[in-house]
Amino acid sequence: MKLPLWLKEFFIQVSITLLSILISFIVGAVFIVIAGANPIEVYLKLFEGIFLNPYGLAQMIFKATPLIIAGLSIALGFRAGLFNIGSEGQIIVGGFLCAYVGFTFTNLNSFVLIPLCLIAAFVGGAIWAGIPAILRVKTGAHEVITTIMMNFIAMALTNYFITYHFHLPETVHTQSISSSAFLGRLDHFITAFKGSPANMSFVIAILLCVICWWVISKTPYGYETRAVGFNPNAAKTAGININRNLFTTFLISGGLSGLASINFIMGYKHYFEEGFSQGVGFMAIAVALVGQNNPFGIIFSALLFGALSHGTLVINALVPKDIIQILEALVIFFVISSNIFAKKYLSRIRD
Amino acid sequence: MENFEIELKGITKRFGQLLANDNAELFVKKGEIHALVGENGAGKTTLMKILYGLYTPDSGTIKIRGKEVKIHSSKDAIDLKIGMVHQHFMLVKTLTVSENVVLGKEITKNGFIVDYERTNAEVKKLVEKFNLSLDPFAKVSTLGVGEQQRLEILKLLYRDAEILIFDEPTAVLTPQETKYFFDIMKKLSSDGKTIILITHKLKEVLEISNNITVMRQGKTVGRLETSKTDEAEIAKLMVGRPVLFKVSKTVKTEDEINKTETVVLIKNLSVLSSKGHTAVNNLSLDIKKGEIFGIAGVEGNGQSELIETIAGLRKPVSGQFKIFGKDIDFKRTTPKKMFDIGLAHIPEDRHKDGLVLDFTVSENMILGRHREKVFSNSFNINFKRVEEFASKMINDYLIYPPKSSLKARMLSGGNQQKIVVARELSKKPRFILISQPTRGVDVGAIEFIHKKIIEARDSGCAILLISADLSEILSLSDRIGVIYRGEVKKIFLADRTNEDELGLIMMGGAS
Repeated sequence: MKLPLWLKEFFIQVSITLLSILISFIVGAVFIVIAGANPIEVYLKLFEGIFLNPYGLAQMIFKATPLIIAGLSIALGFRAGLFNIGSEGQIIVGGFLCAYVGFTFTNLNSFVLIPLCLIAAFVGGAIWAGIPAILRVKTGAHEVITTIMMNFIAMALTNYFITYHFHLPETVHTQSISSSAFLGRLDHFITAFKGSPANMSFVIAILLCVICWWVISKTPYGYETRAVGFNPNAAKTAGININRNLFTTFLISGGLSGLASINFIMGYKHYFEEGFSQGVGFMAIAVALVGQNNPFGIIFSALLFGALSHGTLVINALVPKDIIQILEALVIFFVISSNIFAKKYLSRIRD
Repeated sequence: MENFEIELKGITKRFGQLLANDNAELFVKKGEIHALVGENGAGKTTLMKILYGLYTPDSGTIKIRGKEVKIHSSKDAIDLKIGMVHQHFMLVKTLTVSENVVLGKEITKNGFIVDYERTNAEVKKLVEKFNLSLDPFAKVSTLGVGEQQRLEILKLLYRDAEILIFDEPTAVLTPQETKYFFDIMKKLSSDGKTIILITHKLKEVLEISNNITVMRQGKTVGRLETSKTDEAEIAKLMVGRPVLFKVSKTVKTEDEINKTETVVLIKNLSVLSSKGHTAVNNLSLDIKKGEIFGIAGVEGNGQSELIETIAGLRKPVSGQFKIFGKDIDFKRTTPKKMFDIGLAHIPEDRHKDGLVLDFTVSENMILGRHREKVFSNSFNINFKRVEEFASKMINDYLIYPPKSSLKARMLSGGNQQKIVVARELSKKPRFILISQPTRGVDVGAIEFIHKKIIEARDSGCAILLISADLSEILSLSDRIGVIYRGEVKKIFLADRTNEDELGLIMMGGAS
C-alpha cells in the first residue's frame, strides 16, 4: 500500500481505538447478563436511542460539549507535562464569574455581553489555576496535590457565595443572567433537535479545538510547550524559560476549564447552581486520555462519553444506570491499555 | 570443522523498512574474548539481543555448543548460560550487593525465608574467585560506576553464565577502571568463560580481544584475528572507506597564543554541586580568539558544574566572567542571554540536555533558535523554512537516515550527536562550550565532528572543550588545563605534553 505514513498511522490508531471500544462492549455484555438483562437488547436500545433519534444526537452533543472544552484543558496541561486535576474547581469558579458578569451587567447588548461572559469564564478558571501555577513555579509544590485542594476550596467558596450573597430566595441558585448573554439553542436551526438544550457552546467548543490544535502545532509557544513537556532539561539548556512556559500553560489550561462552564451557564439553565459541573472536570481527564491529548481525538472521545452519559436515560428501564458507569470505565481501561500496543506497533512501522 | 561455542548463521532481522541484520554471522570459540565492532546502527546490538532472546530473528540459525537452539526470551538465554551486561545497568539501588546478586534466584531456608548467611558466603566466594573487589553488604547507591559494572558481572556469574555479552562496557569507565575491567575479563576468559564485547573503541579491541567480527549496515563484513590486524584495517571495514585518525590542524606556538586577544576570561569562580559540595573551587582560566582550550580531568572534578555555570544553567557562589570585553553577571544570566551574546553549547548528555527525542529531526534542529525571525514570527513557525534548513543540515552533516521527519529517537547515537553539533554550530557562535562531543559516537562520525570543531576554531571561535577521552583532548586542543577537585592545576601547550603527564596531575599528583 502506498499510503503516506501519517495517514497509515492515523488509520491504525483509529482502528485500534475502535477495536478496544468494541471489546469494552463485549466485556460489558457480561455485566449486563449479570444484571439480568439481554445485552443485545440493551445495546440495540442504546444505539437506537442515541444515534437513530435526533433528540438523542442532540443530547449527546449537549453532554459532550463541556467534556470537549475541559478535555482540551487537561490535554494542554499534559502536553507541557502538567497534571491539572483541578479542572473541576476551575469550571466552578469560571462558571461563577461568568454568571456574575451575566446577571450584573444586564444593560449591555449581546455583542458585548457574550464576549464579556466568555472572558469572565476564562479568567475565573485562569485565576483558580494561577494559584497552583505560582506555587508550582516558585516553590515546586506538585500541582496534583494543590489543584485537588483548590477543587474543595472552589466548591466551599461558591457555596458560601450562593448561600449568603447571591442566591434567589427559596432556591439554591443565583438569579438568571441577562438574556443578552444567552447562547442560542441548536434547535433554532435544526428543528429535529427540539427539546434538547444543546446550544452554541458546542460550536465554540469545536472552534476551541481548532485553535488549540493550531497553537500547539504551529506557534512558537506551542513548540516550546511540547519541548517542555517532552524534555524540560533540553528545553532549559536551549534557552527556553520553562517556568514561564509552565505558568502560561497552566493559566490557559485553567481558562479553558473555566470555559467548560458556559454550556450550562450561558446555554442551558442561565444561572449558577451548586454542583452544576457534575464532575465534568474529572471525566475530562478520561476524555483527554482516550483522545490521546489530540484536539480532534478529544472531540471524538467526548462525543463517546456524551453518548454514554445520555444512554443512562435510554436504557433506564432495562438495567440499572450503573451499567453505563461500568461501560465508561471499561472504555477507559481498554482504550488506554490498547495505546501501549498501538505505540509499539506504530514505532515498528515507523522504523 | 572447528567447534564453536556460538554459531550464528544467516541471521536476518527486519524492523519495518529497516534491515537491522542482513544475513549476519558470528562464530565464537569457547574461552575467547571476541570483539563485535561496527558503527552505531550497524546491527551489533540487534544481533546480541537476538542471541540473548530479546528479539527473534526473521530467519537464520543459532547454535550453542554445537546444538541448534531457539531462544525466545532472556529466560531461554539464561538456561543456555548466556548472560548480558547492558549499557545501562539494571540494579536496585536501595538493595545491597548480595541482594542484587540473588534477586530472582534467592537462596532460602525452608523455601520461605531468605538465607542471608549462605547468600553472603556464596557471593563472597564468587567475588574472591574473580577478584571483583566488592563488599557484599554495601548498598548499590554507594557504589561507583566501575563497581556497579562488576556487580552486573557478578550477577551473571552467580547464574552460572558461560557466555558473557558486554554492550559498550568501557563507555562509562575511567582509564584506571578500564584497566581493572580488562584484568577481570582476562581472568574470566582463562576460567573458560566465553566473552563477547560490543564496542567501537578500536584501541581496546586490539588490546583485549582474540578475534574480531566487524559489522556494517547489518552485514558481517569481516572476521579478523586480532594479532594480525591493526586499527586502520578494522576502521576501514567498519566505515567502508579509509579513516583519518589524526585530526589535521595548524599548530600554534606559545608566542602566537600569547599575542592573540583574550575573548573569554573567568576569574576566581566557585560553584557548588547539586548536593551542596564545592565543585568548582576558585577556578580561573582564559580562552583566546580561535583557540580550543581543553580541560582534562577525571570525571566528577567540577567539569559539569563549570560548563553549566558558563551556560547560564547554574548559579555560582562567586566569580567574575568577562566575554568579548563585556562583564557578565553570572548570578543573573540565563541560557537565553548567553546564547544572545554568541554562546553555543554542546552538552555532555545529548539525551538529557541536547535533544528532545520525541521531536522530529527538523524540530530538533531549531531548538533554541525557534524564535529567530528566519524561522518564525510571534504566531507562526514557518515550517517550510525549518524543513529547508533541516534538509540542508542533514546534507552538510551527512546525517543518516536523511529524513527530517523522523523522530530523533529513531536515529543512532552518532547521528543524534550530529544533530546537536549541526544545530549549535549553525548558530554562528563566537564562543562554544563542548562537552564529550564524541561519547558513544562511531569512528566515521568522530572524524567528522572533529573536523567541524576545528573548522569552528579556524573561523575564530573560542572553544572550551571537555572530554573524558584524553586522546581527544590532546589532538584537538591548543592549550590544556588539568582540572582536579575543581581547580585548574596546570596549563600545558597541547603539543608539549602527553597522556602520562596529564594523567599524573589528573590523579592529584604534584604539579
